Amino acid sequence: MTVGTTPVAPAAPAPAEHPPPRRQRGRSTRSRYPLWFLLPGGGLLVLLFVVPTATSFYFSLTRWTLFDSTFIGLENYVTFFQDPQLFGSFVHTLVYAVITSVGKVVAGLALAILLNGRIIARGYLRAVVFFPVLVSAVGVGITFKVLFDPFDGLINRALGVVGIDGPGWLTNPDLALASVAMVDIWKGVGVSTLIFMAGLVAIPRDYYESAHIDGATDWQLFRFITLPLVGPATMTVVILNVISGLRSFELIWTMTGGGPGFTSDVLASVIYKKYQAGLYGLSTAGNVVMFVVVAAITIPLYRWFRRREVAQ
Amino acid sequence: MKSSNAPRRLVALIGSMAAVMCSAACSVGSLGTGDQAAGDTTITYLVFNEPSTVKAANALIAAFEKDNPQIKVKLDTMPTGSDGDNIVKTRLSTGEMSDVFSYNSGSLLQAIRPDEYLVSLSDQSWVKDLDKSYLPAVSTAKGLYGAPTGGSTPGGVVYNKAVYAKLGLKIPRTWDQFRANNLLIKKSGIAIPVEQTFGDAWTAQLVILADFANIAAVAPQWAADYTANKARNVDQPALSSWQHLRQLHDDGLLNKDFASATYDKGVQAIATGKAAHYPMLAGVIDAVRQNHPQYLKDIGMFAMPTATGTESHLTLFLPSGRYIPKTSTGAKLDAAKKFVAFTQTTQGCDLLVQSGSYGPFMNRLCKVPADAPAAIKELQTYVAAGNTGPALESVSPIKGPDLPQLAVEVGSGIRTADSGAKLYDQNVKQQAQQLGLPGW
Repeated sequence: MTVGTTPVAPAAPAPAEHPPPRRQRGRSTRSRYPLWFLLPGGGLLVLLFVVPTATSFYFSLTRWTLFDSTFIGLENYVTFFQDPQLFGSFVHTLVYAVITSVGKVVAGLALAILLNGRIIARGYLRAVVFFPVLVSAVGVGITFKVLFDPFDGLINRALGVVGIDGPGWLTNPDLALASVAMVDIWKGVGVSTLIFMAGLVAIPRDYYESAHIDGATDWQLFRFITLPLVGPATMTVVILNVISGLRSFELIWTMTGGGPGFTSDVLASVIYKKYQAGLYGLSTAGNVVMFVVVAAITIPLYRWFRRREVAQ
Repeated sequence: MKSSNAPRRLVALIGSMAAVMCSAACSVGSLGTGDQAAGDTTITYLVFNEPSTVKAANALIAAFEKDNPQIKVKLDTMPTGSDGDNIVKTRLSTGEMSDVFSYNSGSLLQAIRPDEYLVSLSDQSWVKDLDKSYLPAVSTAKGLYGAPTGGSTPGGVVYNKAVYAKLGLKIPRTWDQFRANNLLIKKSGIAIPVEQTFGDAWTAQLVILADFANIAAVAPQWAADYTANKARNVDQPALSSWQHLRQLHDDGLLNKDFASATYDKGVQAIATGKAAHYPMLAGVIDAVRQNHPQYLKDIGMFAMPTATGTESHLTLFLPSGRYIPKTSTGAKLDAAKKFVAFTQTTQGCDLLVQSGSYGPFMNRLCKVPADAPAAIKELQTYVAAGNTGPALESVSPIKGPDLPQLAVEVGSGIRTADSGAKLYDQNVKQQAQQLGLPGW
């Protein structure tokens, strides 16, 4: 291996000496040989992704147990969309995905600008912002469930000291989903911040300097240089967060279990509950709906962002 | 040639991967056979992880191992509620179930397909000692699969006797009397009339589930009609249970932390007299005995007051069963059967009673002890008068999985009784269809 450096020089002229046979051999190998390397990965992809996806499409049309299945056509889907709880969870999922994505974009960009600036203890603060990402979602959920307790929780106790009667964060049906979304933003904003920080660093300093010379204000610098040029990073952040928001489960399950009642149920938690209850066909249909929804939202979103990027 | 080999190679690769996985998983099982070679058999016993259950199981195991020194029983625990449910279903379907395990009887047992997964125990000698009312809860048409784990658990209203004495209240038989008591307690301000603990969603179901004996008393056919898709929750008499749940909230009788309070808080509130009533299972009595023994004398219990008749009936939740999966074979199966049989002897009963189970028992060898708490003796009056009935889940295979959440919504005033009952009927339909019942 170490001698590999010496043959480099003689090897270089070789293609020039015999170009035709090389290219020919190259073409024939290119057509077949490299494909073999795709096989292990491709095989696993087919086995672990394509086959289960295809079978789950079929089983969503059946009422099945672990041993047998009865084909019932689209009945599971009809039940799914007629059941107000299931449909409600669908709405909650969209609301949750939008709240968390917007929250993470706004907070992530603000934090990234702050943490890229010249501030005291920058390295430490960067670590602090990123730290919640590393903690297990279940641990965060259980901790916040305790903190959010309407009577004994630290948050409402603290509010009580300053004379505010804190709400039932997780027990008020109107607030439960928003409270979980807030925790989700806190926990996940580190990744968005990181992506935005990388995006900001990639903007050439020259633009800012020349704009300064032209007498631009800080707001104008942000509005007309930072915001447009950080676009690719924004696209990544939005798509990642929409997908994770649509699939969110751990925080909701540990903090509210979908409750009170069904008021903070999302698709993933309803599907989980239906599996638990042994309603396998119905939950498979729910999974297919989730797959379609995630695809239907993220693919056009991705295209739209790409078009805008090209246009710029 | 080359390309035709590709799928075969892939298959070989997958096959070898599967073999690796299997050998990793199988080696756990072979540890057990190693012990067996030395003349001992080790079986595992899976129970719910509630402290009282674990304590009782350990006492049983210690006594059993003393009598059978060649058999070792290893205790394994699982969480209660739907998480435990998942563990049981997963382990059964992957063939990794413990040699003996405790699980619900009645409707939930049917969902784990006893005929396919469990060893029939119909031929065991202890079957003749069982109460006839228990047999359907652990049987299918093909056989009997379970032995009762303890006494049946009455459900009703736990009340604080000190509060009742202070206000000179009488034990209510009808819902109107109960409501009058509650409004009096509210007016007096000495206690919260009704404790609810929706932080543990399952506790919200009791007002509905414990009312079933009252409904069955006036409509004996109801459970059969319900199973056959001829009776519904949106119609009376069943709807009245839902209306009661909502009324407790609308009358302003609940503790202010009802949405977040947990079962343990409820037990504490009823024991200390902070609350006057707690619609709950008789398990509260034993929880008070263990955690707040100084208050045990203040605890009483009555059947859910009836809106459909004049005399309230006590709803009995039949005990869980001990089951043996078909994956237990050979020496392990013999040891498992021996262990289950041991739990059904007089000695097994005594251990049960010592660990806080008071009946009414499903095995005639078991007797309610003379030193049982007063609340237990109070419940015996319903048994003596014949005013008891099994819970719906013991007489019908269908119980909608969303009942806890729906009960929370109705009990918290988020949803009306009619809407809750209607949604529950839809939920029940999904369950019945999944079970493949006729008429749905």
